[in-house]
Amino acid sequence: MTAIVQRAGFLTSVQDLGRTGFRQFGVSTSGALDSFALRVANLLVGNDEGSAGLEITLGGLQLQFEDERIVAWCGGAFDVEIGSRALPAGHVAHLQAGDELKFGRAQIGCRCWLAISGGIDVPVVLGSRSTDLRANFGGLEGRVLHDGNVVLLGAQSGSSAFAKATADKSPPATGISSWTAPHDWASPANRHPNLRFVRGVDWNRFDDVTIQRFTIHEFSVSPDSDRMGVRLDGPELKREDETDLISEAVAPGTIQVPPSGKPILLLGDCQTIGGYPKIAHVITVDLGIAAQLRAGDGVRFFEVSLQDAHGLLMERERDLERFRIGLSLQR
Amino acid sequence: MQITALGDSALIVRVRDQFEDAPEETLNEVFRAFHLLRDAGIPGIIDLAPAYTSVAIFFDPIIVAKVSGKPGGLFDWLAERVREIVTAGAHRGRRVRSTKTAARPVEIPVCYDPEFALDIDRVAEQAQLSAGEVVDLHSGSEYRVACNGFVSGFPFLAGLPKKLATPRRDTPRKEIPAGSVGIGGAQTGIYPLRSPGGWNLIGRTPLQLFDPTKDPPTLLCPGDRVRFRAITREQFESLKQ
Repeated sequence: MTAIVQRAGFLTSVQDLGRTGFRQFGVSTSGALDSFALRVANLLVGNDEGSAGLEITLGGLQLQFEDERIVAWCGGAFDVEIGSRALPAGHVAHLQAGDELKFGRAQIGCRCWLAISGGIDVPVVLGSRSTDLRANFGGLEGRVLHDGNVVLLGAQSGSSAFAKATADKSPPATGISSWTAPHDWASPANRHPNLRFVRGVDWNRFDDVTIQRFTIHEFSVSPDSDRMGVRLDGPELKREDETDLISEAVAPGTIQVPPSGKPILLLGDCQTIGGYPKIAHVITVDLGIAAQLRAGDGVRFFEVSLQDAHGLLMERERDLERFRIGLSLQR
Repeated sequence: MQITALGDSALIVRVRDQFEDAPEETLNEVFRAFHLLRDAGIPGIIDLAPAYTSVAIFFDPIIVAKVSGKPGGLFDWLAERVREIVTAGAHRGRRVRSTKTAARPVEIPVCYDPEFALDIDRVAEQAQLSAGEVVDLHSGSEYRVACNGFVSGFPFLAGLPKKLATPRRDTPRKEIPAGSVGIGGAQTGIYPLRSPGGWNLIGRTPLQLFDPTKDPPTLLCPGDRVRFRAITREQFESLKQ
């Protein structure tokens, strides 16, 4: 019950919805940088939303499956193939034993999440199967996948709607669904994305000119960005007072401004405590777009109220609930 | 007490504005708030992170919206609950005069040999002391874990003698070995894992500070009282095994 990693690609790791409850020990969230994309992909293949999948950065992954599996992926614009057939984002594929699944380079965005029926079977460490790439634990031996690795897959529930529909076919054949998850969910990447934010804890420490620079100008994603954070180039953001702040919690989505004046948008592998002023926080529903930012992309920031941020999140959860019910009715 | 949103799924409760003027009292207040909030079990709260003057609360807005019945005002509802819990607890604490929060004493053996103490001369120069006096001062003081952060299991220790405060290195090292004891500004701490870092290194402990297979996963927890004990190179090697 395995998949063989024929090619690991640029940076592929096992991730689930992340680790919570251990911040007091300094343990980062980790997890799929777009947890919503992983939830949707998991639902498509009949898994629990929180099953572990693979986070693929910039493509290059090639897997061969030992047994029949249902797979789906969501995220950036990648060319994905099963043999010579294309598997677009948000569609569901029924793979036969021996099938090969191949991720090309990212056209837009930089990450995607692959769900496989049964999930990736790695031990749960501190409540999660996610790989902590900084502290090197969780996932597959606490590291990224390497060429030739064998990934254990979990037992399949057989509850995927698509599996039921294709199960009676004889002879068994590789199939790709014609229906798909909503496009915004399956493929949220964009070359000039907008990110919505709520005011940061230290918003008032910045003067009007700085706030204007932050909210009007486009920022460019710097190449030294990773799962910890996206470094942004653009107009310099300066604080009014230069006093050292007392360190306190930061979170994925926090935009902090170090003395260089170049903001950093924190992502899932960020540290738990930080001492730089926090100008803003990207709202939860836009973290999936933030997860797609790659070097050279231009990004703009727009303010929303905390109420709106919560409203958007609740709306998305209601839509996902409808989607979940829709999938179960197909079974 | 000041409660501020840290994005749409977390908030920060600041119990004090300042830290350095009264570290011990401030930490006591922070950990009291931390324990009160942990024990209160507010539905939807998924994580708590104490640090110096504050406790951060991470929550699931969907659950809080349901529990509060106020989807449009869930932040205010939660902030109000938090305020009640922390304030009521503080009053109770004063009545029974038990302001002391449970603080475990932990002793950390440290080898201050020159091989591990790459920056001790820099610290000594800054303090106008000899390297030996730096060791005596560092190992003769009591510290308190203000929080864990930077990487998993990195304890930020308050209580460094003012004399030993040394600015971080201008150029951080690309790789610092696990167990390295350092001074960064007015704090001291221990690198639990091999990692980059800019603190001045003055010694190394043979103990493992972070083990994700253990509960708790860190040797030092927020609030613990810490003392360093100087050990020889031989003791370091034997403790490491």
